[in-house]
Amino acid sequence: MISVRDLHKSFGSQKILRGVNLDIQDGETLAIIGTSGGGKSVLLRHITGLTRPTSGTVLLDDIDITKLSERKLGPVRKKLGILFQNGALFDSMNVGENVAFPLIESGERDKKLIQQRVEESLEVVGLKGQAEKMPVDLSGGMRKRVALARAIIPHPAYVLYDEPTAGLDPIMADSIDKLIRRMQKQFEVTQIVVTHDMKSVATMADRVAFLLKGKIYFYGTPDELTSSDDKVIQQFVQGVSDDEDVDLEF
Amino acid sequence: MIAGIGAKFLSTCRYFGEIGLLVADVCMSLATTKPRIRLFLNQILEIGARSQLVVIVTGGFTGAVFAAQTFYQFSKLGMESAVGPVVAVSMCRELGPVLAGLMVAGRVGAAMSAELGTMKVSEQIDALRSMGVHPTDYLVVPRFLAMMVSMPLLVAECIGFGIIAGYIVGVMMMGIQEAYYISNTLYFTGIIDLLMGMIKGGVFGAMIVLISCREGLSASNGAVGVGHATTKAVVISSLSLLIANFFLTLFLNAFL
Repeated sequence: MISVRDLHKSFGSQKILRGVNLDIQDGETLAIIGTSGGGKSVLLRHITGLTRPTSGTVLLDDIDITKLSERKLGPVRKKLGILFQNGALFDSMNVGENVAFPLIESGERDKKLIQQRVEESLEVVGLKGQAEKMPVDLSGGMRKRVALARAIIPHPAYVLYDEPTAGLDPIMADSIDKLIRRMQKQFEVTQIVVTHDMKSVATMADRVAFLLKGKIYFYGTPDELTSSDDKVIQQFVQGVSDDEDVDLEF
Repeated sequence: MIAGIGAKFLSTCRYFGEIGLLVADVCMSLATTKPRIRLFLNQILEIGARSQLVVIVTGGFTGAVFAAQTFYQFSKLGMESAVGPVVAVSMCRELGPVLAGLMVAGRVGAAMSAELGTMKVSEQIDALRSMGVHPTDYLVVPRFLAMMVSMPLLVAECIGFGIIAGYIVGVMMMGIQEAYYISNTLYFTGIIDLLMGMIKGGVFGAMIVLISCREGLSASNGAVGVGHATTKAVVISSLSLLIANFFLTLFLNAFL
């Protein structure tokens, strides 16, 4: 279980997070939505320990990761698989080497087993037989799929996605959404998905947290979100810009 | 103006602090984790093997031009036979390590900071961290070890080719008697001279790799940031190397 408690983060004078409280239950897929530049990715980086908070705690399986040094965070991070917004594939390695990387780094030396696991992971993301390609030769959607294969290969307890469908065509975005849903069913992982795509939320989320002005403004199911009569939520859900009525500016 | 000087002083202190922390991290990594042999060998190839041409050409032509110039000046005093030892001692103690260091800072330091900077701005270093891999263990330590092995050897190579080129120019082109040239060179050039050059090479190598990695790992702001980091890495490495050379010369002459 992941618990975020009273999390604050400022960059200089700019306050990004202003007291976020959030619980992510084991086995669920939580979508974190909110306006662009509203701190969703910053919140995700805190959950992975990649960014240190100004104050507050992030408990990952009851361990406060905000207090751990970079070296002590290493073993804790092995519970996590993270899909970065642009994939963050190692461009000096081919697809197979990228996907195998977490296994090799966790000490696995059996080449046959590594190859088998790489093939399995690539099959899960629909990229079987692409192991020899270099990241530069892949499309945006394929890069994200490879990054997902890399994230899931060590069978992490938690998988975190930063804008998994951003910049993809609707068909590719839908296939990624379904993949995320399938991940949860197939591997029973706990997932956090940062997105501003409401269609994605409806497809793959069990719960939704709406981040507004550095705080969780709404927490509930996708159905509760869409049926809410709150004006701010409706404006976001329907994608209607009306600055005169509601101020969504951060 | 005083505020400006104060800010510059603080930023310099912060810079030295960051380099100090990187040194501590490298030491911690060397003490607690297994070295990554494959990455180390890759870096030996990149830093050591692929820098040879640059270092050989630099050492060779520096030795050649130094021998020619020394000959023109010394011949006025009838001291042609001193050309050999002057070239050899200068190459060993100063020119070899400094010129090899500057060339490696330009070739390897720039490549290092650009590679690490690109990895930083494209979130590849965050990806490493997210998989529980410490960037110092994976990126800095193999480069550091490879540099510590390669740099003294590159300096020795630079010195060697400088001395050979000096011999070719002095004996074959300028007509200095071979027996005098060789015997004087051997008489006035000792193992201490070569050792001093190689120690300097090791220190310069450590400085280049730490400064370049620090710049790369702290790059931000996309392609422009990587460009700035690369430029800073080369400029700071080169200047630090020249300054450190002065103090190393004083220190090593006092103790060797």
